Amino acid sequence: MKHLLGTQDMTREDATLILDTTAQMAATQDREIRKLPTLRGRTVVNLFFEDSTRTRISFEAAAKRLSADVINFSAKGSSLSKGESLKDTALTLQAMGADAVVIRHWASGAADRLAQSGWMHGAVLNAGDGTHQHPTQALLDAFTMRRHLVTEPDGRGLDGLTVAIVGDVLHSRVAGSNIALLKTLGANVVVVAPPTLIPFGMAAREDISVHYTLDSALEAHDFDAIMMLRVQRERMTGGGSGFFPSPEEYTRLFGLDRARMDRMPEHAIILHPGPMNRGLEISAEAADSPRSVIVEQVSNGVAVRMAALYLLLSGEEAPND
Amino acid sequence: MTGTILGAPDIGRALTRIAHEILERNEGPEHLVLLGIPTRGVPLAHRLAQRLAEVEPSFDAAARCGALDITMYRDDLRKQPTRSIGPTTLPKVGIDDATVVLVDDVLHTGRTIRAALDAIKDEGRPKAVQLAVLVDRGHRELPIRADYVGKNIPTSRSERVDVHLGETDDEDAVILSGGRS
Repeated sequence: MKHLLGTQDMTREDATLILDTTAQMAATQDREIRKLPTLRGRTVVNLFFEDSTRTRISFEAAAKRLSADVINFSAKGSSLSKGESLKDTALTLQAMGADAVVIRHWASGAADRLAQSGWMHGAVLNAGDGTHQHPTQALLDAFTMRRHLVTEPDGRGLDGLTVAIVGDVLHSRVAGSNIALLKTLGANVVVVAPPTLIPFGMAAREDISVHYTLDSALEAHDFDAIMMLRVQRERMTGGGSGFFPSPEEYTRLFGLDRARMDRMPEHAIILHPGPMNRGLEISAEAADSPRSVIVEQVSNGVAVRMAALYLLLSGEEAPND
Repeated sequence: MTGTILGAPDIGRALTRIAHEILERNEGPEHLVLLGIPTRGVPLAHRLAQRLAEVEPSFDAAARCGALDITMYRDDLRKQPTRSIGPTTLPKVGIDDATVVLVDDVLHTGRTIRAALDAIKDEGRPKAVQLAVLVDRGHRELPIRADYVGKNIPTSRSERVDVHLGETDDEDAVILSGGRS
């Protein structure tokens, strides 16, 4: 692996390797001294063209726990807001000696562009590009599900598990990455959303079940895990461009509340990539229930990003002596 | 000299002797913790713990034996293809104030042990750290020596020493190969 750009082309072997490495990284995070010397002297740049607190601090924590130096480069108040092109930014980072660039961009495909351009030679980690991919989020979700739902998880995938993804699948890079990764790892994917928020062609796919209300999905499947996507208010509002009639209706048809939670099998877990809109896509009761693994997702996120940085940065650069 | 240098009975005898030496040196098993370095140090540590328990029934082999992965502490990570990380499992009693006996199959440059000492430092503060190896093949690059050695095997740098164990391979054997004559 040279870059981590998305989950569509990730092999099952690579995915399991990342998850297994994550498990070892997570184990080191229970110790008194959590810092490892592994990436001492390497430089990781967080290049954020879009606001993000959680993902950025998660990557920052992961890099620091591995002793890498972290440089945060965000669009606000920097040359990026003065109209510098991605190419010039990349050349700058190359000149500063960045070994890895974590990039979050509002344009789909920005991470691929950076990786394939030859503008810089470091590893590129996609931390979310437009409505396209967010691979570390999918990996941390898969890791969390594997840890809870698979016995002796090391080396295994998510074979035979049924996972529901509920919400704005159309705009969600989290869903985009998750669907591809879940299929690669052998899970059954059930997508639940209003027809306006389902990508074109998805309803025709034979390897995904699509439901237009949460109740019909709960009727048809026994879920092992349910993933509630955030309703991205910034993309939903605006007269005439709304994707559903009202937030109240969305909650009535797709919100996860106590009654719907009780209809799932007892072992089923609840995931949410955060930040949550309590009362909109998920009720406080569901978010705070013992089945919710939402807080654990955050700590697993650091471990997954440690694993990704380790696997991308620790390998040989010079040939063997 | 190439081929099988130690067979299963030789390995068994060496481990039994090392077990007795460990007990003698430490005047009993009270504070002992055995940590094997993956891959083959782990089964060796378990075998040593078993033997300690046979001699001193008060020693709980399962509760005093663990694994210590040192991959993330290596100094050659950038010179090798990416290594996968092995498991680290510490005994429940922890290693603070214990006498830790590190167990590995082959002692060569000493760099693995250097990394292990760093890894131990992040896990706790043992009273003492000792080193037990099945084979010492020489060619040290660091000031490190073993406290307990199964067998000293003089080698040339170009030779390979492979330890096979029933737990990870099919048989117990130490095999010397390669080597320019």
